[in-house]
Amino acid sequence: MSTMHFHLRLWKQKSATDQGEFIEIDAKEIPSECSFLEMLDIVNNRLTREGKEPVSFASDCREGICGTCHMVINGVPQGPGRGAACQVYMRKFSNGQTITVEPYRVGAFPIVKDLVVNRSAYDRIIRSGGFISEHTGGAPDASATLIPKPVADAAMDAAACIGCGACAAACPNSSAMLFVGAKVTHLGLLPQGQAERKKRARSMVRTMQEEGFGNCSNYYACEAVCPAGVKADVISMLNREYIRGELSEAVGAID
Amino acid sequence: MSGPASSSKKSCCSCSPLFSSSIGRKWIVALTGIVLVLFVIGHLLGNLSIFLGPDAMNAYAAFLKSTGELLWIVRIVLLTCVVLHIWFTITLWHENKRARPQKYAVKNELGTTVYARLMRISGLTVLAFVIYHLAQFTWEAFNPEYKTWVDAQGRHDVYRMVVTAFSCPLVSGFYLIAVGLLGMHLSHGIASLFQTLGLSNQKLRPVFERGGLILAWILFVGFASIPASVLLGLVKVTSGLPSCPVCH
Repeated sequence: MSTMHFHLRLWKQKSATDQGEFIEIDAKEIPSECSFLEMLDIVNNRLTREGKEPVSFASDCREGICGTCHMVINGVPQGPGRGAACQVYMRKFSNGQTITVEPYRVGAFPIVKDLVVNRSAYDRIIRSGGFISEHTGGAPDASATLIPKPVADAAMDAAACIGCGACAAACPNSSAMLFVGAKVTHLGLLPQGQAERKKRARSMVRTMQEEGFGNCSNYYACEAVCPAGVKADVISMLNREYIRGELSEAVGAID
Repeated sequence: MSGPASSSKKSCCSCSPLFSSSIGRKWIVALTGIVLVLFVIGHLLGNLSIFLGPDAMNAYAAFLKSTGELLWIVRIVLLTCVVLHIWFTITLWHENKRARPQKYAVKNELGTTVYARLMRISGLTVLAFVIYHLAQFTWEAFNPEYKTWVDAQGRHDVYRMVVTAFSCPLVSGFYLIAVGLLGMHLSHGIASLFQTLGLSNQKLRPVFERGGLILAWILFVGFASIPASVLLGLVKVTSGLPSCPVCH
């Protein structure tokens, strides 16, 4: 078992209103097979033993599924490489490297403490349109609704979105278009999502604006960092869906 | 779900969300962008008449002037497009700046192209150039004597005016910088408008991006060829040496 050492610059901020600053820590004797979060655990344990306050960060599943471990590692939201921050391993860095860890810088995601931000703006966007109406009662046969394979595949690709917020964090405009596009594409492609289809894009985009996210400039930084590999196709589809809904509304169409 | 709750949330006045929403405004920027790109293509094709000689260019200019009201309709449409294109971009940009109140300590360009990042500066420089360009050749504000120049057929001698103006390296230099930035603006803009209008997907995006870049280069080379040819002496006036309007 080999060990490595790193020079860490970690963001410390007491609360949303606090100024905040970087603290510099020399992280010595870190096992090279550590994940990034395990490395932070080791550093925090040492800080606690020294009677100092540990650095707060969020994590949950630690297996790349939930996207809770939102943080920006060396300028990359959710860290370098594909997958969430928990899927980053220390062996990917070079020995002695300086690693800067900062929180998401998105106005709509206020900082709670240190590296932890409040991402509930995404929940409110989902609440405004990221749902379908469904029958109650017994589960229908899986084969009862026929869905062509390419449509099912495209819907699944969009449904891979874990709502981690890396898209808005990477976007120079802090836009949430990849997230909203993923939901609108995923639900809009499937037969089960048709009942709300016309309204969905309109209300989700409206909520996105009210939450203070920026507008898309087609930079594609979102696509470059998305841990779930969601493609910017979904933004094109969102643009289409939105205008269709808005024009229908403008001319007074029922459907 | 909707009803009074959603209608009370409607932004600003009674105007349609098409003009206030994030995507609606982007559609307007994209659609006006198409009109402006078409103008740029048409303008270049017209300008290239300089290579057919003084007669062709002066005849083309006289033809444009003879269209009368039609010319004014086109001018008003273009001006409206310019105003809408810039106004909605500014409002979107203002919101984008507000959405990211604090910058990252470590900057990472992640996927963005330099053309995309320079859209505002390239757009505003082109705007400044267009105003200068109109003042120079349309209003003839810097050199009122241009107004008096006529060719043998009694038409306004546009050919002599253009060659004279471009024989000054300063005028040509600004022109080359402006059309260079215009090319950069269009290379992102053309590819981007298909995405904004919802016509793009994973398969088509590289096609639009390459197509935008190629069209931008064609336009740049086309426009740049005019001052370059004048400076290289390939296009010149036959009667008398042109005097530089700026440096004399």
